[in-house]
Amino acid sequence: MADDCKKAKTLATGDRTIPPPDAKMITIYIMGREYQVPETLTIMKAIEYAGYSYTRGCGCRGGICGACGTFYRFLGDYRLRSGLACQTVAEENMVIMQLPFFPANRPGYDLEQMTGDAHEELRRLYPEVFKCVGCGTCTRTCPMDIDVMDYIALMKRGDLKGAAHKSFDCVMCGLCASRCPAQISQFNAAMFVRRIYGKNGLPVAGHLAKRVEEVKAGKYESMLKEVSSMNPEDVKKLYVEREREPDMAEAGKWMPKDTSKL
Amino acid sequence: MSGYTPALMELIKKVEATRPARVEKARKGEHFPALTMEQRQEWLRQYHPDYKNDGRRAVEVGVNKGTVYPEEVSTLLESKSRLNTKCVDLSKADYETDLLVIGAGGAGTAAALAAQEQGLKVLISTKLRHGDSNTVMAEGGIQGADQEGDSPYFHYLDVIGGGHFSNQPGLVAALTNDAPLIIHWLESLGMMFDKKPDGRMLVRHGGGTSRKRMHSAGDMTGAEIMRVVRDEARNRANDIKVLEFTPAVELILDEKGSCAGAVLYNLETKEYYVVKAKSVLIATGGFGRLHIQGFPTTNHYGATADGVVMAYRAGVSLQDLDSTQYHPTGAIYPEQNVGLLITEKVRGLGAQLLNTEGEQFCFPLEPRDVESACVIRECMDIGKGILTPTGRHGVWLDSPMIDMIHGEGTVRKELPAKYIQFKRYDIDISKVPMLIYPTLHYQNGGILINEWSETTVKGLYSAGEVAGGVHGRNRLMGNSLLDVLVFGRRAGLKAAEYVKTAKLGSKLSLSHVEKFNKEIDKAGIDNGIESPLLLPDYAPEHVKARQIS
Ligand SMILES: Cc1cc2nc3c(=O)[nH]c(=O)nc-3n(C[C@H](O)[C@H](O)[C@H](O)COP(=O)(O)OP(=O)(O)OC[C@H]3O[C@@H](n4cnc5c(N)ncnc54)[C@H](O)[C@@H]3O)c2cc1C
Ligand code: SF4
Ligand code: SF4
Ligand code: FES
Repeated sequence: MADDCKKAKTLATGDRTIPPPDAKMITIYIMGREYQVPETLTIMKAIEYAGYSYTRGCGCRGGICGACGTFYRFLGDYRLRSGLACQTVAEENMVIMQLPFFPANRPGYDLEQMTGDAHEELRRLYPEVFKCVGCGTCTRTCPMDIDVMDYIALMKRGDLKGAAHKSFDCVMCGLCASRCPAQISQFNAAMFVRRIYGKNGLPVAGHLAKRVEEVKAGKYESMLKEVSSMNPEDVKKLYVEREREPDMAEAGKWMPKDTSKL
Repeated sequence: MSGYTPALMELIKKVEATRPARVEKARKGEHFPALTMEQRQEWLRQYHPDYKNDGRRAVEVGVNKGTVYPEEVSTLLESKSRLNTKCVDLSKADYETDLLVIGAGGAGTAAALAAQEQGLKVLISTKLRHGDSNTVMAEGGIQGADQEGDSPYFHYLDVIGGGHFSNQPGLVAALTNDAPLIIHWLESLGMMFDKKPDGRMLVRHGGGTSRKRMHSAGDMTGAEIMRVVRDEARNRANDIKVLEFTPAVELILDEKGSCAGAVLYNLETKEYYVVKAKSVLIATGGFGRLHIQGFPTTNHYGATADGVVMAYRAGVSLQDLDSTQYHPTGAIYPEQNVGLLITEKVRGLGAQLLNTEGEQFCFPLEPRDVESACVIRECMDIGKGILTPTGRHGVWLDSPMIDMIHGEGTVRKELPAKYIQFKRYDIDISKVPMLIYPTLHYQNGGILINEWSETTVKGLYSAGEVAGGVHGRNRLMGNSLLDVLVFGRRAGLKAAEYVKTAKLGSKLSLSHVEKFNKEIDKAGIDNGIESPLLLPDYAPEHVKARQIS
């Protein structure tokens, strides 16, 4: 693409940090290079304040997408720490490196075909899970405070329900996998376990299956057609008069007075 | 110890000074007077970004010429392409596919799966990683009428009433009819819905619902949906190819004006690629990162309205794009919580809004848009906002009142997630107030579509937050996750039908972009902006001033 040197003007500004004149500045080291940034910023905003523009390593900016996994140390401290750049406050003397990507093992599978023993399927797809040495590094590394080693142990034992729930908060940042001496891609194995548990372990919603049959049979089409072609004043009336299910009603038990539109 | 700076702690003393008297009054049921209907209108007109005349103006080019949009949107629509069309060689396609999906959030991924099931080869272009999107951020839940006392009919009434009857009825009918199918589809993909031991879905009410139909997966429903559909797309990698960090920058049309592909741009190598596609879906999500009138946003990093811009240049009309959802109470402190939603429940439990003097200035439970206007007025006009160390204005939300009114421990019990989100930064919201300001949350309008996600351009589909009409001028919680999946899947199915019969032209063209650039010149506009924006620019002024290129 012809990138001529005319600089494009910028439009979006709302997240830009504008520190007041008396803001206290701290020293941080982005990949070893020293910068001065105002205190109380997240690592992500501190890096932007220093002048970097993100392409990788930044997604939701809200602690849920896992794009911004970060390792850091403090000068003079041997301990290696980790966090999400968008959720961790930059502090004096932090030496920071983000890990925007880490290669992970993820064998493909066909969930529809997996009707047999889920534990065996796990063993087939992720044999390395069973080689966990129990070092606990993953648990110490996880920015979501998940006991990763424990969910791996549950997987080994065949408690897939336990592993599914234990790993539920995982944002798939990959930090655990980057540190695992047994070369396990914990978060991908956990994704598989949650799906197979969600499909075959959790009980199926019977009321939902029934409603799906009704929808497929076209039960609601005429009702919806009628109400969507009414004049707005009549729809308003229906809206205002509609009955409200009480907050404490037990699901599936409560019925409206008018059952003609169910 | 507190996560507030000493200067802010000093200001909190003023809040504490007025608190006993305020709590006393609240106990007696005395509260700050609500605005009259006339005042509401007046406050909205003067201070709400959707009504205020400054900050909004008519767009001067394109299909919707003359329609009033927020300044940032109009400016973006009047900007020139970042693509130098003369330098693009359209004679050779780098990729050929049946369906090109632009944007790998919930809508795009759902479409890809549906189309693949119909035998299509799908190419997905996405700006960041697969799933870095607004979809992943949704916490609350997804609606669907699947309980015995509920039906799509009642869901329909809730959606259209919530949208002040400004929604497209056909779209609402499609949305509510398909909802049980979508929930069922997610269940069959192994999504971990919150269920009772017998399999019954756990459902709750949401704002404006007549039935309990909000389904959830913990407090990360959107994240669970996104990772499940993404995982499934990865299992079908033979047919669904994903190009990450490679956003679309312009659509390509054929000589008959049908959509025939797009030009993609590799953010890392800066190369462009030509994609020839029998059908194209725009699923690029919302526009929070335009920071309309400087507002912070809840949206993800890539929410910059690219799809709207590309479609507009191709002659697609827009609908309701002048309507934006602001949430009155977004956190502005600490920095890592900026934009974070503070649920309405906090005010429902009795927390009041206070200015820098610790005084009340509005009734805390005005409708959302009115409440936002009150906060903006107090900060911008009256000048009694609080300034944070990173230069943000806001007001106090006095959460400690809640424990004083309802008893010790209420905050922790009723607001566990918010409690933890602040506690992490040494702010105990049962002891000290929060700092808040309205935050830009959702793009109500967008690309005009019909109930099969078709746009006015042949072969071009659109679905999700980027499209308009489903929610009218106001969206209810839980209907957007639903919307993106319903219309995403419908787009995939319709594209499959279209691809099988469509006669595609042979000549790829970007002449619509050139024509649009000329129209801008003719209107005498030169705003120096190149779009689609792709990413927001957060470099501070002192850095910009020194950058060489
Ligand atoms: C904090 C938050 C909470 C929410 N809570 C709820 C809730 O509880 N319930 C509910 O129903 N809704 C909720 N919503 C709204 C809902 O999540 C979104 O509206 C919806 O998920 C949008 O889905 P989408 O697929 O249309 O867009 P997105 O999920 O945003 O996906 C769009 C994708 O397109 C990509 N893209 C953008 N531009 C380009 C380009 N030029 N080329 C290629 N790719 C591009 C983006 O990077 C992104 O991956 C919430 C939203 C937010 C932000
Ligand atoms: S389990 Fe691993 S991938 Fe998941 S959040 Fe923790 S460190 Fe990140
Ligand atoms: S880091 Fe690897 S080997 Fe160590 S406990 Fe975790 S999974 Fe096991
Ligand atoms: S940017 Fe998404 S978790 Fe940090």
